[in-house]
Amino acid sequence: MAEETFLSDEFVRELGAVGEVDILVGIPTYNNRLTVERVVQAVQIGLVKYFPRERTVVINPDAGSRDGTPEIVKSASVQDFRSVLAANPLRTTHTLTTRVHPTRGEGGALRLILAAADLLRAKACTVISPESASITPEWIEAILRPIYRERYDFLAPVYQRHKFDALLVKNILSPLIHSTYGANLEEPAGTEFGFSGALACDLLAQDVWREDFMRYGWGVWMTTAALAGSYRSCQSFLGPKVHSGKQAEQNLAGAIQQVVGALFYSLEAHQNFWMSRTEPVALPLFGFKSELDLGPVRVNRKRLFEMFRTGVEELSTILSQILSAPVLQQIREVALGQENTCHFSDELWAKTIYEFAVSYHRAVMNRDHLLQALTPIYRGRVCSYLLENHGARVAELHKRLEVLHQQFERLKLDFIQNWSAKT
Amino acid sequence: MGNLVVKTLSATSQNLGDMVTEFLPRLLAMLVIVAIGGVVAWILKIVVRRVLTLVKFNQLIETTGFTQLAARAALPTPSELLSRLIFWVVWVSFMLFGLNALGVAALEEEIGRFFLLLPQIFVAIIILVVGALAANFFGRSALLGAVNANYPSPRLLSSLVRFLIIALAIMMALERIGLGHGVVLIAFGAVMLALALAFGLGGRDAARRLLEKTLFEDRKEDGGDDDTISHL
Repeated sequence: MAEETFLSDEFVRELGAVGEVDILVGIPTYNNRLTVERVVQAVQIGLVKYFPRERTVVINPDAGSRDGTPEIVKSASVQDFRSVLAANPLRTTHTLTTRVHPTRGEGGALRLILAAADLLRAKACTVISPESASITPEWIEAILRPIYRERYDFLAPVYQRHKFDALLVKNILSPLIHSTYGANLEEPAGTEFGFSGALACDLLAQDVWREDFMRYGWGVWMTTAALAGSYRSCQSFLGPKVHSGKQAEQNLAGAIQQVVGALFYSLEAHQNFWMSRTEPVALPLFGFKSELDLGPVRVNRKRLFEMFRTGVEELSTILSQILSAPVLQQIREVALGQENTCHFSDELWAKTIYEFAVSYHRAVMNRDHLLQALTPIYRGRVCSYLLENHGARVAELHKRLEVLHQQFERLKLDFIQNWSAKT
Repeated sequence: MGNLVVKTLSATSQNLGDMVTEFLPRLLAMLVIVAIGGVVAWILKIVVRRVLTLVKFNQLIETTGFTQLAARAALPTPSELLSRLIFWVVWVSFMLFGLNALGVAALEEEIGRFFLLLPQIFVAIIILVVGALAANFFGRSALLGAVNANYPSPRLLSSLVRFLIIALAIMMALERIGLGHGVVLIAFGAVMLALALAFGLGGRDAARRLLEKTLFEDRKEDGGDDDTISHL
């Protein structure tokens, strides 16, 4: 059962008035007045178009917006569905807005959504980002159909992205999850997820809600928890993902701390699961995946390299506590080179990430400090990645990422030995 | 006149000779005690270190969280810390016995006072240990924050934070044993400065966002940053 203690009486009453539902859509918000109206309308149209007979509810946990976001959510209803659909809806979609504590970040909102799913006995649920500017009603079908009709428990998104988007995901999260959890997930830290009511109950019962990474790294935790719980998992292609201004502004060190911290934490929590995994499993992919070679992006690679070099030099004492001497020496050699010939090999990168994970496991220092120390090295890797893949097409890039995955896979045994070794 | 000078000089030299002959054996005794103390303390340190390693003291104490705390503050392992502490306690005790052997009344009084001060000294040591832990933690925070924010001279900044916190701890410890009245106020100012630096670095982005939001919101909505790659 859900913990009623963190749900306000009024919200519980509102949930009681809604009754049981088949589908629940959660849209956590915080000052999203510019994009939230379109997102809510796309959700409403998607529900009416693809799930006309199902009982549906939209839950909006708001972290104290001061720009009128909750009011926009409440009033953002599609007035005439016949302008976009063949018919008007058969059922009413309830929209509930409630307040969550701002210090708990998006993790607090997720907890509330899970609790609501539990109380309303929802069969299929999804979390949709209020910043997904490129959302269409088809996303709702793409996310919820595999859960509701095909009985999958967890669904991760696949977006159509620029080749230099989601570099943290491509270089750390995806290969590490592939080598440890054995799942070829393209977007383990997406902003949209689908999950069953059963998984919602299981996640809700887990004791992670006070962890710092739950503020923004909940997606990674949710993904790994579903994989470790052996829930039926799949992926679904949603279409283009346009990252909002908010995400672009995000502090890199903070992002690494949250999402990589969430993954390292999960590795510790699920070590019995991933240590016994031998072969990676290909997760089913729903939807027709298409690639798009978009134009170039503006990147100040020189600045990126300088920050890498300075970081390696200034943090040498800290890095020597985290990394083995040979790996640190190789990183130093990369940092001492030239920006236009920077080459951070896949093997060195895989070793670096594994050694950071082991040091996190052994708590060689404050874990937030350890994760912050990864930032300059990641900059070096990104610099090399951008340089080497400057002219590569999306298909070529996929092949290169497969090679990176294989490198992580190849070094997995050493990683397990180091992880299990007594200090 | 000349005789008087000679007499005085010979009496003085006689007295000096007597003092030296009386003092030298005591000084020698003190040096022997200090040397023996050093050897005993060193042997004890080695023995304690070996015993602690044999009983896996570090692993035993790990559950208390002290090992992590020490690692976070870049301090040695708990067994190393304990063996070093024993070394210094034993050696300082021998030194005090040695000083006592000199038979200097004023020193004996001071040593007596020192033993009365022992509880305060113990508290002062705790303050110093906590200060060292805090200095290392905040120093490292400042270093990482400055490096990731691309600030110039991150090590200097980190050293400054570390120095200010250690200075504060030393002053507070001195205050505790009655050697530095009135420094707490200055110390408070120092720690505030150190914390302002540490937290200022950590909160730099939040402050930037706040300023941009309040002052340049319209402009921000129109344009973006230089780099258009996304990490997530």
